[in-house]
Amino acid sequence: MAYPANYRYTKEHEWVDVKGDVAAIGITDYAQHELGDVVFVELPKVGAKIEAGKTFGTVESVKAVSDIYAPASGEVVEANGNLQNTPEKINSDPHGAGWLIKIRLANPAEIKTLMDTAAYEAYIASQSKEASA
Amino acid sequence: MESVTTPPIAELRKTPLNAMHRRLGAKMVNFGGWDMPVEYPASGGLVAEHKAVRSSVGLFDVSHMGDIRVHTGNAAGSALAAVQHLSMNDASKLAIGQAHYSAMLYPEGTFVDDVIVHRLNDDDFLLVINAGTREKDVSWVRENTKAFDCVVEDLSDAYTQLAIQGPRAQELLRKLTDANLVVIKNYWFTHGTVCGLKNILIARTGYTGEDGFEIYVPSNVSTSEMVWSKVMEAGREFGIIPCGLGARNTLRLEAKMALYGHEISDKINVWEAGLDRYCKMEKGDFIGRAALERAKAAGLTRALAGLEMVDRGIARDEYCCCNENGDVIGVITSGSPSPTLSKNIALAYVPPAMTAIGTPIYVQIRAQKCKAQVVATPFYKRPKKTAAPQAAAKF
Repeated sequence: MAYPANYRYTKEHEWVDVKGDVAAIGITDYAQHELGDVVFVELPKVGAKIEAGKTFGTVESVKAVSDIYAPASGEVVEANGNLQNTPEKINSDPHGAGWLIKIRLANPAEIKTLMDTAAYEAYIASQSKEASA
Repeated sequence: MESVTTPPIAELRKTPLNAMHRRLGAKMVNFGGWDMPVEYPASGGLVAEHKAVRSSVGLFDVSHMGDIRVHTGNAAGSALAAVQHLSMNDASKLAIGQAHYSAMLYPEGTFVDDVIVHRLNDDDFLLVINAGTREKDVSWVRENTKAFDCVVEDLSDAYTQLAIQGPRAQELLRKLTDANLVVIKNYWFTHGTVCGLKNILIARTGYTGEDGFEIYVPSNVSTSEMVWSKVMEAGREFGIIPCGLGARNTLRLEAKMALYGHEISDKINVWEAGLDRYCKMEKGDFIGRAALERAKAAGLTRALAGLEMVDRGIARDEYCCCNENGDVIGVITSGSPSPTLSKNIALAYVPPAMTAIGTPIYVQIRAQKCKAQVVATPFYKRPKKTAAPQAAAKF
C-alpha cells in the first residue's frame, strides 16, 4: 500500500495529514499489518487535549493491545465514531477511512519534526530487514 | 503504536518446519524460547485460521511440544507404577491405544505441567508435555522415577508433531493413511502408514475443542516438509489453511482448556483450576496427593470462572478483577475476543462465592472498570455428531 506523499509519519507508525491548523491522525499500513485484525478502538473525546509523544488511545487486535502516540499536540475536534462498529476499516483503509482523530494543532511547528514519506519508507524498510535478519 | 512482533533472536529454538513457516510469510514470535508462527497473514490471519478450524480444517505445527517416553526396565508393572506416582490421573484405567489428560504435580499440589498420557503398551507410556516447561519436566520425570525400574527417554527432538484440527480432519487424513480412522475415538490413538511413512502415531487429540488428529512424524526437515505439504494438498478441497499460535490460543480459550503459566502454574492447585475430574484421589498415592487432601479440607480461596464482557472492552491476561465496590478480588488468566462467539471472553481467578453464573465482575481495563459477568463454560462446545458410530463404552 502506498504511503501518501503529503502525510507525515512517526517512528511509532502513526501518520498525520495536516489541512490548515487541523490534523487528521491514524496508524500506518505497516502498523495495521503488524497488529493483525483490529477488533477494538478506544479514542479520546472531542475537547480532550493530547500532547505530542504521549499516548492518546488504544487499538487492539485479537492478539495484541497497542498504545497510540500523539504525533503532535492539540485539542481533539473529531473522533472517528465509525470505528466503534467497523474497526476493521483500520486494516482495509488505514490511511483513509481508518483515520482515528482530528486535532486542532497547538503548535504547527511540531509537524516539521516528523518524517516525510521517503524517510518513513526508508525507516520501515530498515525495520523489516531487522525483523527478518 | 509500539511494534508487536519480537524480532527473532539467534538462540531461539526452531522446529523442523521453521523455514516452511517463513516461506509462507508467517508472523513469527518468541514463544517460550521457540521461534514460532503466531499467524499467517497471507492466508487470512488469526481470525480466518480460527474459523477454518471451527468450520472445516486447519494445520498446526506443534513440534515445540515435548515427548517423554517412560517404559519398563526389568520389572513388569514398573513403568505404570512410575507414571501413577508422577501423574494425577489413573493410568491403570488406560487401555493400550488410549490417552488421557493429566498433570504432574509438586508436593504442594500445584502444577509442574499438564500432560497427555498415552498408553503405548502395558508398561510403555508417552507423555506429551509443554514446550516452555520441557527441560524442567524431563528433569522432574527423571528425578522422580529413580525409585522405579523404568527407562525415561526424552524423545522431544525425535518428532515433528502436526495437529490437523477441525470437523473435516478425518476426511482429510483418510486420504493420506491406511489406518482406519473411523474407529479411533476421541483421546484414542493408533499406529499406521501416513504419507508412505510406516508406524506413525496418529492420535485423536488436540487443543482446539474441535475434532482432529495429532500425528508424530520423524523430525528431519525433508520428511517434515513432505508431510506438511501433503496435508496441505489433501486439505485444499476443504479450504485448509496453516494456523499459528494465535488461533491455537483463541480456540483453546473458547474450549476452556488450560494453558500453563495462565490457568495452571506452580502457584495454583488442582481444585482451584477446577480440574477435579482428571485427579483420581482414590487411585493410591501420587506426588501432591497429601497436599490436595489438606487443601480440600481447608476449602478453596479462589476458583476459575468464565467471564463475558458486558461493557465495551477486552479483558486481557493479568488485568485486575474487582467487585461492585471496586475492591480487587481476582485476576484475569486469559482474555481475548472470541472469533466464534463475537464476544469478549476471559478466564479469571475469583473468590468461590463469586463464581455463580450471572455474578457481575468488574475488569480494570486501563483507566476504566468495565462490567463483565460470570457465564457457563466451556464458552464453546462442538456440536455432537449425529451419525457417528457409537463407541463401546468401557467404564
